[in-house]
Amino acid sequence: MKNKTQEIYVHIPFCARKCDYCDFVSFVTDDDTKKAYFSMLEKQIDIKAESAGSLPVDSVFFGGGTPSLVDAGYIADVMEHLRRRFLFTEDAEITIEMNPNSAHKGKLSVYRSAGINRLSIGLQSTVDEELKRLSRLHSYEEFLRSYDLARTVGFSNINIDIMSALPGQSRDSYMGTLEKVCELAPEHISAYSLIIEEGTPFYERYKDGNGLPGEDLDREMYHDTKRFLLTKGYERYEISNYSKPGFECRHNVGYWTRKPYIGFGIAAASLIDEVRYSMHGDLKRFLSGDFTEEIEPLEMKDRMAEFMFLGLRLIKGVSKKEFFDEFGVSMEKVYKEQILRLSEEGLLADGERIFLTEKGLDLANVCMAEFLPD
Amino acid sequence: MNQDHIRNFCIIAHIDHGKSTLADRIIEMTGLLTSREMQEQILDNMDLERERGITIKSQAVRTVYKADDGEEYIFNLIDTPGHVDFNYEVSRSLAACDGAILVVDAAQGIEAQTLANVYLALDHDLDVFPVINKIDLPSADPERVVNEIEDVIGIEAQDAPRISAKTGENVHQVLEAIVNKVPAPKGDPAAPLQALIFDSLYDSYKGVIVFVRIKNGTVKKGMPIKFMATGATFEVVEVGYFGAGQFFPCDELSAGMVGYITASIKNVRDTRVGDTVTGVENPCEAPLPGYKKVQPMVFCGVYPADGAKYPDLRDALEKLQLNDASLFYEPETSVALGFGFRCGFLGLLHLEIIQERLEREYNLDLVTTAPSVVYRVHKTNGEMIELTNPTNLPDPSEIEFMEEPMVSAEIMVTKDFVGSIMELCQERRGRYVSMEYIEANRALLKYELPLNEIIYDFFDALKSRSRGYASFDYELKGYERSDMVKLDILINREEVDALSFIVFKDSAYERGRKMCEKLKDEIPRHLFEIPIQAAVGGKVIARETVKAMRKDVLAKCYGGDISRKKKLLEKQKEGKKRMRQIGNVEIPQKAFMSVLKLDEE
Repeated sequence: MKNKTQEIYVHIPFCARKCDYCDFVSFVTDDDTKKAYFSMLEKQIDIKAESAGSLPVDSVFFGGGTPSLVDAGYIADVMEHLRRRFLFTEDAEITIEMNPNSAHKGKLSVYRSAGINRLSIGLQSTVDEELKRLSRLHSYEEFLRSYDLARTVGFSNINIDIMSALPGQSRDSYMGTLEKVCELAPEHISAYSLIIEEGTPFYERYKDGNGLPGEDLDREMYHDTKRFLLTKGYERYEISNYSKPGFECRHNVGYWTRKPYIGFGIAAASLIDEVRYSMHGDLKRFLSGDFTEEIEPLEMKDRMAEFMFLGLRLIKGVSKKEFFDEFGVSMEKVYKEQILRLSEEGLLADGERIFLTEKGLDLANVCMAEFLPD
Repeated sequence: MNQDHIRNFCIIAHIDHGKSTLADRIIEMTGLLTSREMQEQILDNMDLERERGITIKSQAVRTVYKADDGEEYIFNLIDTPGHVDFNYEVSRSLAACDGAILVVDAAQGIEAQTLANVYLALDHDLDVFPVINKIDLPSADPERVVNEIEDVIGIEAQDAPRISAKTGENVHQVLEAIVNKVPAPKGDPAAPLQALIFDSLYDSYKGVIVFVRIKNGTVKKGMPIKFMATGATFEVVEVGYFGAGQFFPCDELSAGMVGYITASIKNVRDTRVGDTVTGVENPCEAPLPGYKKVQPMVFCGVYPADGAKYPDLRDALEKLQLNDASLFYEPETSVALGFGFRCGFLGLLHLEIIQERLEREYNLDLVTTAPSVVYRVHKTNGEMIELTNPTNLPDPSEIEFMEEPMVSAEIMVTKDFVGSIMELCQERRGRYVSMEYIEANRALLKYELPLNEIIYDFFDALKSRSRGYASFDYELKGYERSDMVKLDILINREEVDALSFIVFKDSAYERGRKMCEKLKDEIPRHLFEIPIQAAVGGKVIARETVKAMRKDVLAKCYGGDISRKKKLLEKQKEGKKRMRQIGNVEIPQKAFMSVLKLDEE
């Protein structure tokens, strides 16, 4: 194994309210349930740490849900527990997702002292009307207060999530969001184009596209993002991610370059020794101590396919040399047809590395599906 | 048993008026079977029939009835298919009988099919006696129905048994009526053999089992026999009669009897319904009247969704044909759909039944093309071709004129809907023949319609426009000259042969437009814009466009999501595999089928 480090993901499946567009596993529950969850989480960490590799951990990500919703002490305890079980690199990137209205000074200080050094704040939009339509509970004002607080407490690596193609959003209002966010100069910006996911209230509301910006407008906003952020010193390094140089999210890049990772909590996944584990999403089962995971050993063809379709999410794409080093066979040999076809369509650029063109990024699914095994 | 004690009869009825239920009661009340052995509906032994509530293949049952006069009678109940598609088979079943029970629903009264069947029975000189069924229904009005029968059909009905086949009430009266009203068969057991084939069945052990009514003479094991229409000869292996769902071999069948013959016959095509069986050594002088070779009326292309399943489809069709001589098929090739078969059917219901059986019993995934009737194309060189596949239409410059098949249709409808049904018939190029009120509230409409106009969605339209109150029957009338054109569909400027069809010239624009609209919804967006065009003779008459795809991307993808997202991509890829490639456009199988039903809203 060429990997020298591994990653940890911790899923915190609690929210104050479930957003109408969200399809992640999350619940609105009482404090006792949260407490019980964290105690089971530590149990699971103990069990899983036994079988996980001994590689040092160079990133941790608390995702959700709304990790910042729960008492910061729980998060600090989990961190402490993880440090007892795993070796950490000195400069490990430790991120927690935070909602703009769940931050206060005490909480942020606890995070700092627990070693958390990166915040990811779900702003989505600076227009309160748009936030309301997304059923977000915060206002732009509240976000600003949280953001300032985070800077005051000393966080020097902050991501802000924003979204385009929102219901009722105009190109101008989206530009406004971009401008205001850039004025704050976060180190990292995730700019997602809203995807209507099946099973969400949004799906029922918008499945026929009424009330949403049309596809052309959607793409204009999406392309505005890149153009505008570039002028502000942000580089696009993934389909939806932008950062100041050196502030790429190490944790997420790890997923796309297939670094080993260990997930804890419900609905979390792991990649350990080329086996993918997926924990069920049933809170009740988890609380009763049922930690069974779905196990998917990845064969050579799966690994190659993942190398391609995950790697192609990165703007720099995938390296032919790395492919050969990893699999002992050349990328051209395995994917000759696909590369040719996608290049001809103008979706893929071929060279030392292969990567998606602007058009290819818009139609990434079409490209990625090509690399799946038959 | 003496001929005096045999009664050969059938039950005729409009669909759902209770034919099968009455048959069950008769079988139950005449013994031979215990109640325990009774399936719910013995005569309908195919799953499909049960689900559709109709009887597809005719069958016969022999039961023994001890009448009130103390004598035992043999009842041969011959079941008849209840749909216009199988009219010819009905007529042969009727020819095997001496009498018919007419079942009429006490609430609904006479329907179009009732009339058609009665006339057919009277044509065969059968004694028809009516039975009023479903008297247990709250809406039953037996006296009204009795009067209707007398007025409309003109047969005596005052003493018709008023029964409930469901509860068994008064069914005994029906049994007595069979003894007293159905004439005993006549015929000379010593004369040369003359047996009418009214059905046949393929059995993998016995070969073809031929269902016959012996008109004259006697047939027994070992006897050499000849099928007069096909000329095929065989030696009889077994004769017998029908229990419910089983065969009882016996020594011989003689004049007046109904039973079966097996003779190691490998192919149902040798044993055509309506043909006459006679002895090789002492043949009869002439065959029984009425035989005709059934001709398929509706054709369509049938293709396996997965090209590799072509041999499976061929085997399945072969097997189905063993039992269904009216099913026609021959190989054909489509640019769009690959290797498949052009299949011919008696009608649309027959087509649907076969299609369902192929899918259900043989696990085949099919793509079928739009059904078409048989057109007669008269070419300028004097040649006439019968066109079953639109793509084979000669160049317009070689066509002198075309003819299309017409039907005489009878539609029975309540007064309130006469207007909308007449409108429907006009839209379908119907020619009004007559209208008469058979009672104050109901009319019998007669129209002549092109067959082409009723094979698509006429039944559905009829039902929806009359809120289910119209009933319909038709028979083929002959061919008429007509102004027909071939409508072609072009996808991204490539003609898709499987979507071409023949249409009346004045309807071409309307249909072309609907096809384009439908296809626009069915064809997924591609990386480029796709024009969908309908054209007649190279001239585009309608167009729609499938816009180019601009966004197909998962905005967010994190570790926990990878398996799930991979499944999503796999689904996308799998969907693509199941599409047909026309030029550089991928068309889902569904698109080919969706244009079959261009229902009006």
